[in-house]
Amino acid sequence: MTANDYLQMGLFLGLLLLLAIPLGSYMARVFADTPNRVTRFGGGIERAIYRLCGIRADEDMGWKRYTLAMLVFNLVGLLVVYALQRCQAWLPLNPAHLPAVSADSSMNTAISFATNTNWQGYGGESTMSYLTQMLGLAVQNFLSAATGIAVLVAVIRGFVRRSAQGLGNFWVDLTRSTLYVLLPLSLLLALALVSQGVVQNFHPYAEATLVQPSHITETVKDAAGHPMKDAQGHDQTRDVPVTTQTLPMGPAASQIAIKQLGTNGGGFFNVNSAHPYENPTPLSNLLEVLSILLIPAALCLTFGRMVGDRRQGWALLATMLAIFVPLLIACTAAEQAGTPMLAHLGVDQHASALQAGGNMEGKETRFGIVDSTVWATATTAASNGSVNAMHDSFTPLGGLVPMWLIQLGEVIFGGVGSGLYGLLAFAVVAVFIAGLMVGRTPEYLGKKIEAHEMKMASIAVLIPCALVVIGTAIAVMAPAGVAGLANPGAHGFSEILYAVSSASNNNGSAFAGLSANTPFWNVLLGICMFLARYPLIVAMLAMAGSLAAKRHVPPSAGTLPTHTPLFVALLACVVIVVGALTFLPALALGPIVESLSGH
Amino acid sequence: MFKLLRASLLMLLVMTVITGVLYPLAVTGVAHVAFPHQADGSLILRDGHVVGSRLIGQPFDDPRYFWGRPSATSPQPYNGAASAGSNLGPTNPALADAVRQRIAALHAADPGNTQPVPVDLVTASASGLDPEISPAAAQYQLARVARARHLDVARVRQLVAAHTQGRWLGLFGEPRVNVLALNLALDAPSH
Repeated sequence: MTANDYLQMGLFLGLLLLLAIPLGSYMARVFADTPNRVTRFGGGIERAIYRLCGIRADEDMGWKRYTLAMLVFNLVGLLVVYALQRCQAWLPLNPAHLPAVSADSSMNTAISFATNTNWQGYGGESTMSYLTQMLGLAVQNFLSAATGIAVLVAVIRGFVRRSAQGLGNFWVDLTRSTLYVLLPLSLLLALALVSQGVVQNFHPYAEATLVQPSHITETVKDAAGHPMKDAQGHDQTRDVPVTTQTLPMGPAASQIAIKQLGTNGGGFFNVNSAHPYENPTPLSNLLEVLSILLIPAALCLTFGRMVGDRRQGWALLATMLAIFVPLLIACTAAEQAGTPMLAHLGVDQHASALQAGGNMEGKETRFGIVDSTVWATATTAASNGSVNAMHDSFTPLGGLVPMWLIQLGEVIFGGVGSGLYGLLAFAVVAVFIAGLMVGRTPEYLGKKIEAHEMKMASIAVLIPCALVVIGTAIAVMAPAGVAGLANPGAHGFSEILYAVSSASNNNGSAFAGLSANTPFWNVLLGICMFLARYPLIVAMLAMAGSLAAKRHVPPSAGTLPTHTPLFVALLACVVIVVGALTFLPALALGPIVESLSGH
Repeated sequence: MFKLLRASLLMLLVMTVITGVLYPLAVTGVAHVAFPHQADGSLILRDGHVVGSRLIGQPFDDPRYFWGRPSATSPQPYNGAASAGSNLGPTNPALADAVRQRIAALHAADPGNTQPVPVDLVTASASGLDPEISPAAAQYQLARVARARHLDVARVRQLVAAHTQGRWLGLFGEPRVNVLALNLALDAPSH
């Protein structure tokens, strides 16, 4: 690895912390129970929205009511996205005249965007009309992220409140997440991205005349559609001239901003943020990759402020970084080393002042190695899933890092809101294990952790694990599952394992060689995405409801402090042990065996 | 339950208006005042015709032009309507075959060139539309382009340098050469 590799990684992490600190304290004010400067500023708009929707903003919802409102709202959104795709051919803002999307693909995409996964079985520029992208997908980018933040805030209130029934008001939390956090940040980011060259318009696709005309070779077919043979029995081919290039357009910047900030990840174009119109320069790349981790990192600090002990928030952020940084370095080292196969062919993979070197298959020149690996690690640590390089073409060990980060349960940063409530489930498990060691009833943040909390935390931890393992088993046994593989051998298995892991943890990135836009994959992954999101939220809100009702236990000499390096180490170990025990056997069959056989 | 459903529908409607209509329109409006050229795709015009975008690469295989990154889009390379990477895994024999063919094509166009081939010149980009190559990849092709155009190597080197961009602030991203802009400069009548 080069000095610049380390420099870029270090600057990225430094900038991230620098931005997360003010945002964290700002969000603590947004979700505070008492009115303050922030919530007074937008109070008029808020009240108008509540009045229009017939919502009583002062209603303090119990956990069941909160959960029901969240579920109904998400289901309605899901159905609207489905309907928009099925009807887009007859709706306006479709200058490319794209037809209606198939039923299974629409179902998959609707679940995908409602659950904050943004798995994409389709290519944006060749499938979705501008209207579908704006009113369906972009709106869900906001609302699924706002849902995640709302649920997190309710879970935090479970720890904070004492002998209370309510967890807050879902509608208020949802509205405030959108109006005060996601919308202003998206506006700023979108305009910064346009300045770098990200497109933002409603024009039809443009046509450019190629500087050097090109051609495609196609097989000559007879009237019945069979290939014609020449005298030697080979297929006859002819050259078809290509003199123009289609330049895709659309309102991309506004959607890219929120897909990065809301850990959504669904690209406007097929190759996501590798597309020069989605991510044209190193500066746009830096802004986009910072946006992936910004809100999840800041929410840790919001958490610390809301529970009244900032050290608690820093401990959780430190746990995330303790796992993130070593994996980032490992991924970068693997990609910078290049591949033995290209070395044998005499290709120059050495880093120098004139080239990034390393494994450049599936990477863009402007990003080279380190910008691609920082992104790959960030997008899979957070449940973002956008890409600026093709993970499928990463070296075996370079590709193992993003896959395993997903499999850790999307709690190392994770999705906005969902990552932190996931990590809180792990924290409950960690204090329970510590309690077992000394034979005391475990406590976390002054609340006794008892059988009900442990059951809910275990459910939250185990759902994604079970979905990945069972889903992968089904896919490798089904002929329709292995039909779409792009690569032979162990790498093909990695494609399946990655796809199911991604869906079952609401990430959305892919080893994209897998042709997943088939009824089998759309249904399997649709089910995985749905079950990974909503049952887990219900379990966490049930835990929060039970915690809120409890009395506060003052810390005693036997209480495990949860802001110390010891707790950070314990929590990181619990996350790693669960992830390693569950997935090492599967990883051994995929990237590990590929790495051993590749030399 | 009915009240909840009604609240959900209305909330979705309000949020759709705010985040799905007002927000993109506001961004579009401000973008077209502040950055009209970028918002419309950074198009390059020659005599009123669009000859490409500064951000989207084009296919080149004539020895007289600098070649860009190999592109995995289909049916033709650099198909702007369907961006795609190859998604070939690092141990896939198909990748080795593709790289071997690309090396052969480079050697066929420039038989005397014995330098090792820079990796970005024989590996497919992530988007299939990468507008840039590394300075190493440009240097590898310098002599061939100069010879094919009967130009002085120093003159071509000067043009390459003029179209090379360093890291942002000397720190972020990678140094790179815009292939389409460089080739258009080569074609410009003043040379």
